[in-house]
Amino acid sequence: MSVLPIELPTAANDPMLVCAATAIQQLAHTRATFPDHRGQVLSGAQIIWESLLREHVEVIFGYPGGAIMPAYDAMIQYPIHHVLVRHEQGGSHMADGYARASGRVGVCLGTSGPGATNLVTGIATAMLDSIPMIAITGQVHAHLLGSDAFQEIDITGVTLPITKHNYLVTRAEDIAPTLREAFYIARSGRPGPVLVDICKNAQQEKAPFVWDDAPPTLPGYRPVHVPKSAEIEKAAALINNAKRPVILAGQGVMKANASDLLTQLAESTGTPIAMTLLGIGGFPASHPLNLGMMGMHGEAWVNNAIQESDLLIAVGMRFDDRVTGRLATYAPYAKKIHIELDPSEINKNVKVDVAIIADCRAALSELLPAIAKGAAAGDGARGERSKWLARIDASKGDSAVRDIQTLPDSGKLFAAHVIHDLWRATSGNALVVSDVGQHQMWEAQYYKHDAPRMLLTSGGLGTMGFALPAAIGARFARPNADVWVVVGDGGFQMTACELTTLAQENIKVNIAIINNGYLGMVRQWQQFFYGGRYVSTPIRSPEFVKLAEAHGLEGRRVTNRGEVMDTVAWAKSRPGSVLIDFRVEQEDSVYPMVPAGADLHDMIRRTPDASGTADAKAVAAVGSAAVDTAKNVGGMAANHNPIFETGADE
Amino acid sequence: MTARKHILRTFVIFVEDRPGVLNRAASLFRRRGYNIESLNVGQTHVPGISRMTVVIEADEDSARRIEANLYKLVNVLEVREITHEARIERELALIKVNAPPERRTELMQVAEVFRARIVDMATSSMIFEITGSPDRIDGLKQILGEHGILEMVQTGSVAMSRGAAPPMAHLGHRPTELEIQ
Repeated sequence: MSVLPIELPTAANDPMLVCAATAIQQLAHTRATFPDHRGQVLSGAQIIWESLLREHVEVIFGYPGGAIMPAYDAMIQYPIHHVLVRHEQGGSHMADGYARASGRVGVCLGTSGPGATNLVTGIATAMLDSIPMIAITGQVHAHLLGSDAFQEIDITGVTLPITKHNYLVTRAEDIAPTLREAFYIARSGRPGPVLVDICKNAQQEKAPFVWDDAPPTLPGYRPVHVPKSAEIEKAAALINNAKRPVILAGQGVMKANASDLLTQLAESTGTPIAMTLLGIGGFPASHPLNLGMMGMHGEAWVNNAIQESDLLIAVGMRFDDRVTGRLATYAPYAKKIHIELDPSEINKNVKVDVAIIADCRAALSELLPAIAKGAAAGDGARGERSKWLARIDASKGDSAVRDIQTLPDSGKLFAAHVIHDLWRATSGNALVVSDVGQHQMWEAQYYKHDAPRMLLTSGGLGTMGFALPAAIGARFARPNADVWVVVGDGGFQMTACELTTLAQENIKVNIAIINNGYLGMVRQWQQFFYGGRYVSTPIRSPEFVKLAEAHGLEGRRVTNRGEVMDTVAWAKSRPGSVLIDFRVEQEDSVYPMVPAGADLHDMIRRTPDASGTADAKAVAAVGSAAVDTAKNVGGMAANHNPIFETGADE
Repeated sequence: MTARKHILRTFVIFVEDRPGVLNRAASLFRRRGYNIESLNVGQTHVPGISRMTVVIEADEDSARRIEANLYKLVNVLEVREITHEARIERELALIKVNAPPERRTELMQVAEVFRARIVDMATSSMIFEITGSPDRIDGLKQILGEHGILEMVQTGSVAMSRGAAPPMAHLGHRPTELEIQ
């Protein structure tokens, strides 16, 4: 059998494939000087690209197909970089990653039918995390709509519950105004994905290109809410009189660019801050008032502080069930203030005493002076706060100083080592895109992010396979960032096809696979709650290093702790993307853990003998049908995890 | 706490007359698990604006969230909960009943008592048309049941507050802030 000599296109042998970051920069000049075609009669396909240019789109992630071919055909005339994805799901995650990293609207493109349905997981991911995104899909000819034509699917119907809004466009003249509305809706208020489904005939027909830069008139759409002064006053009084306050900071802080005001709130009132997973980076991890992540895998002192608090100040977060544990016993002594842009989040999960419906920045900028004005009245309570902080500090105990770099190297490699050393070797400045599972929680616990938009992760939907494509998108948004994918062996394989995209685009994204041979988080739940029956969680992987090499990328395998720092440094030094296969301990678990639906203070902790077993009492107390017996927990991995021998309070 | 009380609540929803808007509202109720007792949608006197009347069983907190969730739909112009307002609320039913000639007189008296109209008469059946509160329609249904109902159809509620009309002119502008507390 003869094999055709196929040379893979690379930047070196194919001038079309210049480094993507460079491509975008080169195109920037063309975009800036692009002629104004308003008023001219253009094809619908051209109008799509004209509109995207007007919305300052620089890059788009897509995959061609029959119903979107007119748009692709016209694309060549426009200075927008197109990234050919390997699966449309990757395209939607890339647009999402681009949006998360930049704060701008990410755009993905697909054809009708399967192209559109493949986008769905990425759209839902963006919806649950309020990410501004536009998904453009081709659709069959308008006269064929509803006839089950080839590759016809009712994608506006399919995406109705997972988009902020969506549109079906059947005429060329509707394309520009629809895209203008779509971008406006996607980025304003509480952001979200908007899908625009464009019939093939609308792309082919001609219409005058009409574009108005002013915001569109949408009579029913109200993205802006002004904080009410009565609520501000009430909140200020509660804050000034609180003895044991805790701020709960979510992603809304970053969305509103309110990190500075949040810092002022914490510092001026001496209030510690607990972070949600998506809130990480909104307040520097190194700040002494930052307690760390709360919730299911939050540290004991964080969750205990919430449970003992007398005032919770929730800023741009939504009391997700992974954050609250059992609602009936959640923060029982605390009054609650909820600063939130979306009125439908108020009293949804947790009944609050004061609701300030506004953008975090608008709310905090009114709240801060109101607090200062009434500060004198609350002097008594304020005096208690240093005691409160001291109490939280004391509760950190040994676990607060579990500085894993000071612990002896036993030769074993734990995921926490990898994350911790990654943090050290990147000076805490990497833009980390994590996937979903154990490594995601370890990343949140051990990588200390000091700046906003430096941790991108799928929080609400918990989409495995998110990390690699999202990191590619993030790289386009931040061409100078040190982008790292932290991903499990399971999640990586879900979208591993995008390695080819990475290679074709010739951009640098470093990939750290936390490879434990299991679907680790599910395995952990099986260990804790399903009698240790590891059903369908052992997972075989390809030889990742060879996989990287097959894509023309470099790869290395790391099995010892001592190699981590050097390998990370090596990865940084290489010009291209690098994959590192970290072979970590197979049956390590994320601690502490609040079982789903359990009281927030009822955590499963790592036992002092460090055998990886859980606190039997804590598991038994869950009272869930899913929990077989406490005795089933543990005994899975003897001699496990010596690095965590730091005390029972873990 | 009164907030926990589940009662039937009537919402009047003004929406832009766009394709799929009913679907969006219905999808919202389904997705959030709200149980729709009845739903009606029709035109208003303002071109391009439709009016929905939705009756849902909900407590006070859920009612506020239903309102807030409806406002998140781009095509929803205004939501008014008129449960606690003086209002006119009507349903309409057509009831075809077994009516042999010897029963006709009696049935016509029933119609008079219930202020229903007989809109069709055949050799052995009649159609009643009744407009009124759900209670009154239930009453008629019960009486006619004894004669043998052959077929019936009933609309959902349509409702309107009594007194001066809240201005329609401001529809399309930003509505009043939601009262959350």
